[in-house]
Amino acid sequence: MSRIVGIDLGTTNSLVAYVDERTGLPVVIPDRDGRRLLPSIVGFTPDGVLVGEAARRQLARRPADTVYSVKRLMGRGWEDVKDELRYFPFRVLPGEGVVRLAVGGREVTPPEVSAIVLRTLKERAETHFGEPVEKAVVTVPAYFNDSQRQATKDAGRIAGLDVVRIVNEPTAASLAYGLHRLGQGVIAVYDLGGGTFDISILRVKDGIFEVLATNGDTHLGGDDFDRVLMLWLLEDVQARHHRELDRDCVELARDGEAMQELRLAAEAAKIRLSTEERTTLTLPLAGFTYHRAITRAEIERLLEPLVSRTLGPCRQALADAGLTPSDIDQVVLVGGSTRVPLVRRRVQELFGKAPHSQLNPDEVVALGAAVQAQILAGGIKDMLLLDVTPLSLGIETLGGIVSILIPRNTTIPTSAREMFTTSVDGQTVVDMHVVQGERELARDNRSLARFELRGIDPMPAGMPKIEVTFLIDANGILQVQAREQRTGKAASIEVKPTYGLSDADVERMVEESFAYAEADVEARLLIEVRNEADTVLTHVERAFRQAGALLGAEERKAIEAAVAALRRARAGDDRDAIRERTSELNHATEHLAEMMMEAALKGALDTKRADEIMGRGSSREQ
Amino acid sequence: MSDFFEVFGLERRLAIDVAALQRRFYELSRRWHPDFHQAAAPAEQARALEESARVNAAYRALRDPLARVEYLIRLEEGRATREGAVVKPKAPPALLAEMFEIQEALEARGDSLDDGTRATLTVQRDALRARMAEAEAQIAGPLSRAWDAAAAADRPAALAALKDALATRAYLRTVIDDLANALGEGTEETHVANRRD
Repeated sequence: MSRIVGIDLGTTNSLVAYVDERTGLPVVIPDRDGRRLLPSIVGFTPDGVLVGEAARRQLARRPADTVYSVKRLMGRGWEDVKDELRYFPFRVLPGEGVVRLAVGGREVTPPEVSAIVLRTLKERAETHFGEPVEKAVVTVPAYFNDSQRQATKDAGRIAGLDVVRIVNEPTAASLAYGLHRLGQGVIAVYDLGGGTFDISILRVKDGIFEVLATNGDTHLGGDDFDRVLMLWLLEDVQARHHRELDRDCVELARDGEAMQELRLAAEAAKIRLSTEERTTLTLPLAGFTYHRAITRAEIERLLEPLVSRTLGPCRQALADAGLTPSDIDQVVLVGGSTRVPLVRRRVQELFGKAPHSQLNPDEVVALGAAVQAQILAGGIKDMLLLDVTPLSLGIETLGGIVSILIPRNTTIPTSAREMFTTSVDGQTVVDMHVVQGERELARDNRSLARFELRGIDPMPAGMPKIEVTFLIDANGILQVQAREQRTGKAASIEVKPTYGLSDADVERMVEESFAYAEADVEARLLIEVRNEADTVLTHVERAFRQAGALLGAEERKAIEAAVAALRRARAGDDRDAIRERTSELNHATEHLAEMMMEAALKGALDTKRADEIMGRGSSREQ
Repeated sequence: MSDFFEVFGLERRLAIDVAALQRRFYELSRRWHPDFHQAAAPAEQARALEESARVNAAYRALRDPLARVEYLIRLEEGRATREGAVVKPKAPPALLAEMFEIQEALEARGDSLDDGTRATLTVQRDALRARMAEAEAQIAGPLSRAWDAAAAADRPAALAALKDALATRAYLRTVIDDLANALGEGTEETHVANRRD
């Protein structure tokens, strides 16, 4: 069996990991600069595509062409996401079926964007091993429905990866913990990531990880935390600086760049307030600098309603498992958002015990995916994960009522058989509408697909007996087969996925992505350094506008010269020259950065944030 | 095809040692789960998938005493696929008057409940819950034992008694859910088979 890697395709960050044969332990594969997390951000520029940190650095400068949090759009339709679109700086096109984004002068679907992230991780693994990597286990939120899982699989295919297994994130995390840290017993995995929330209750016994129940919300995570903080900041900025805003006729809410700055500032403040009681927020905006202190208590008041929303699914999962909080032996925290102290407090209150968080919550899912990959490759034989389907699967019957075929929390793989017949004499086609969800009416649930059973021999109504088997495989993905019982003949089924890509779509995307993959690596590196140069130029120009007057004539001249030199270099193809001029410009503006900070902030500055303003390498990872 | 009792090598009896069932379930999962057949030929993989799905379905049907009874009824009546619910909710004759009163109160409530009605409904709901627990204990206990002990000729009657008790329980469940809804508590989620021991 060839090598299989484990990939955590996250809302905010993605990682790739594998199990080291010597130690038997899973390890994350870093990139060539030693970075373990790859920001799940893709930038579309006129010169080409940027991924990860390089794309993140152009977020505020090219908001309309930089896609982040695309996981929230996977397997969804425009109707599902239209309410949150105004918060995304990139354009999403209205229409039927799968969501389409208009970025960088082209149309792309969420699986294609995710494929670019996956391909980057694939290449990272290939560089590490020095050989091709073609198979992967990819994780998804446990509460992902069939369309969202299928979209993830499609993304893998477009990236040239055979996704041999889709694994649920909380269960993957339990595998990583289970290697050494958990004993036997019942555990609750509370997983709050960048965009999604899951709770899974498992029984761990003799190497078997049996999921008893799972629940969640695929639209609740750190992004939502950032959003409420951003909107609060926006109001505060407008209240404090309405004079400047009016004077300059700036409508902040419509300024994509300013909103991105606000979002990033909100995120940074949230992260700092996880370890500090108070922090200072400094944000240069058009023509003025916004500056204020903010305390943990203040943001907790804003986050409370969101954190509370995670508790309902926890109680439901407990009820479905037939358990009470006191039956839970251990609680495990997963996902970057569980660093927020308020989240930890609420979880501890609910379960009445201190949660585990020894493993890095950003990495534990990828490590678990690597363990599952090793199980599939035959390298681990004593562990087995028995997962469940998170949502009930049913078909629409007369009057739009759902008849449930497979109840939620059924262990997978699982199958259900149902008989269908005709209602009109001579009918040769039977339609089925398959939905997922817990509501009584089909229209309130998630429409998965419409199936057409064709080629039924013409018979009086009610005579044909067509047995349809609905099978949910170990990936949580539905497969449907049909057989006419009288003749034993397999009936042909045409599937029209409601929010999915057709096979032909995926094929075309695979071809297009190969074209991208074959593009010269050199060319891509050039795009990265040019983009970095652009970022620094933008920052310097803004600083110059705001604080240039404070500089001596000589210094101004030096900076102007460095700017001109970088522009010349950027126009050429010499990567090293661009990198050198960029670093020279950075050097020439160090004093400007200090001056600007001192003048504008009157001493109350946060050096980390200052570095960020000047665009000097700052990782927001903790 | 073997029935779910046979999947676990069990006789068709309602008394089951759940701990032993779980051990056997884990063993069969290790034998058939697709994770351990990734390198196998496609036909073998398909077989593993099918067997594994069957083991899971069998465990789900048998691990819970009430789900087990529902399955037994289906099996005895010779229905391979589930067509609608196994048992239709049916009001127990002894409770008819009381039920009628509750339904009336529910229909008359309008949009909001006054404190008095709320208190009455809460009391009624708690009483019904107790009654439902009692019905469940009857099904899982004496009625199940009666079926196990019955001679072949007496089995239809024992099965009918089980079916009756299940119908009553299903009815109580709906009324309790209606009451919980009226009290603004939402339904208590439950498919029989979702319960765990």
